[in-house]
Amino acid sequence: MDRVFKALADPNRRKLLDLLRADNGQVLGDLCRHLDMSRQAATKHLKLLEAANLVVTVWRGREKLHYLNPVPIHEIYERWIGKFERSRLRALYDLKEELEKDYEK
Amino acid sequence: MKNKSQFVYVTYISSTTEKVWNALMDPEMTRRYWAHLNVSDWKVGSPWKHQDSSTGETHLVGKVVEVTPPRRLVITWSAPGDEGIEEKHSRVTFEIDSSGKAVRLTVTHDELEPGSEMERGISRGWPVVLSNLKTLLETGQAMETKPLFEFSRK
Repeated sequence: MDRVFKALADPNRRKLLDLLRADNGQVLGDLCRHLDMSRQAATKHLKLLEAANLVVTVWRGREKLHYLNPVPIHEIYERWIGKFERSRLRALYDLKEELEKDYEK
Repeated sequence: MKNKSQFVYVTYISSTTEKVWNALMDPEMTRRYWAHLNVSDWKVGSPWKHQDSSTGETHLVGKVVEVTPPRRLVITWSAPGDEGIEEKHSRVTFEIDSSGKAVRLTVTHDELEPGSEMERGISRGWPVVLSNLKTLLETGQAMETKPLFEFSRK
């Protein structure tokens, strides 16, 4: 779990997860187009994310595809969110989304 | 190339490959961490169904494509109403590898229709199912499944 928090503590790594959430299964080159960093730096961040099991890689021919793996984040959720709080938290989250959507217009 | 979408989920479980393998197919086990019974004879070509353990309603159906115990299971996956519509069938591959003291379970769900209800459902569902399976095998007890699946279905 330490590795998960460490991996999530960096804004560039969170950006990488956001990019994979928007479009799962990207190669390094695709990801780099949206990032303000070298391929080497991106590779290093991806390695840390992979070590934390937040990113899973799959080879397709000569292409290495990166997938977001939210399972460890769900484990964190399970650990601290009680079963009776779930639906209330969900309702609060939906309310926040709804209100902020209007505010941005 | 990217007209179908794919998701890959991985969890590491302190258990044995045989126990993880059994947990995918034993309806008594799937009831405990998935709130559904996975019912089939698990022979290649046979049908399987995913049945709500409290109502008995069938929520998913498919066919068994490949069975290589205790390493690899491939099944097709669709809503019961889409059984006759081939292009709406997706595919799930379970792979189990030993990884030091733990077992690595990889679930690859592909051939999904991008933007579909099924894609939305499975991307919420798999993290819940896999972390619950991990908890069950490691502690002998699953989390209460009902609130978990209400959350994932919403």
